[in-house]
Order: sequence, then C-alpha cells, then structure tokens
Amino acid sequence: MIAAVLPLALALVAAAVLMNLLRLLRGPSALDRVLALDTLYINAVAFIVLLGITLRTSLMFEAAVLMAMVGFVSTVALCKYFLRGDIVE
Amino acid sequence: MADTTLAPLIEFLIAAFLLIGAAFIFIGALGLLKLPDFYMRLHAPTKASTLGVGGTLIGSAIYFTATGGGISLHEILVTFFLFMTAPVSAHLMAKTALHLGVPNVSGAKERAQGTPTPGGESARRSDAAPPASRPDVTG
Repeated sequence: MIAAVLPLALALVAAAVLMNLLRLLRGPSALDRVLALDTLYINAVAFIVLLGITLRTSLMFEAAVLMAMVGFVSTVALCKYFLRGDIVE
Repeated sequence: MADTTLAPLIEFLIAAFLLIGAAFIFIGALGLLKLPDFYMRLHAPTKASTLGVGGTLIGSAIYFTATGGGISLHEILVTFFLFMTAPVSAHLMAKTALHLGVPNVSGAKERAQGTPTPGGESARRSDAAPPASRPDVTG
C-alpha cells in the first residue's frame, strides 16, 4: 500500500513545488516572493522526507533538519531587511 | 520489501498519513497560487503546508520506527522545529507587509474611493496621513 501511495504523494508535493515556483516568478510584490520561498523550503523538506521513505534510507533527515533551520533563518533575515533596511543593526 | 515486513494496520496508517500530508501540502500551494491577496496568500501555506509537513513527518516516523528497529527521533525533531518556526516567520511576514503597505483587496477598493482604510499603513507611507485616521492599527 505504501508503494502505491508514495508516487502519488511525490507527485502532489512536486506539483506544489511547481506552483510555488510559479508564484515566485509571478509575485507582484517582493514579500510574495519571500512567502513563496518560505513555502518552497517547507515543501522541499516534505519532498526530502518522502524521498527518504522511497529510497529506504534515513540519511535524508540531516538534510531536512539543515534545510528547516537555514530556511527559517533566511526568511527572518529577509523580513528584517524589508522591515528595517538592514539585517544586523 | 516493505509489504512483507510491516503489519497491514501499520502500513495503512503510514499510507494515510503520507497521503493526507501530501494533499494538505498541495492545497496550501494551490492557495498560494490562486488567492487574490497577499494576506490571503499568507494565510494559505503557513497553515496548510505546515500541517501537511507534520503529517508527512509523522508517517515517516512511524515507517522508520516500524522498519528500522529503534525509535526514530529525527522526524520528531524536524516536526517540532517546523511547528515552532512557521508561526514566527508568518508573523514576521505579516508585520513586514503591514509596514510596507502591501495592498489588500478591500483596502485597494476603499482607497480608490478616497476613504481611509482601517488597515492601510500605506497612507502613512505615501502622503503622511494624520494618525487619527487609523486609530487601531498600531497594536
């Protein structure tokens, strides 16, 4: 049952990543692009986890942890830049 | 290989978590693409995608606990970290959007008619409106 569900889940997350990329290209304001990047790293974490189940390796979770931490820091840095005009005050 | 080692109930549970999580991620990205406003677009993925990633990670945790022998705690770490950081980043983006005066749907309509908007901080940014016109924005 997992072997039947996994390609469907991978296809759904890949379609979500493509829609995020479309919003990243289209976004009217810069904050739309920041939001698209934020959603993109969250969906990439889910994609890496699904890929880890598909390949039956638990090596992917360090990559997932690193992407979650670096993505959050990058979102905060971009929001601070747009809010104050500078990242480190 | 996984079909022979797992119990059917565990396998059904993993498949349900993975499918529900992927469906929530898809719905969140659809909302990010289709909704007409930045604040609505902020609303869609910060809730639906976070729940979807949570479901996917719970399914993965059950899978690697059932097959790998020990209790797998990496997914719980990622879930905890994402559930802590997603509201913080959403709040920061909403605050930055209010600060920059990103237009919303109703605010753009009311601003076209010439009345001050209840949520429009762009009035301060564009033409220095008096602060009495927006009494309850600066929370």
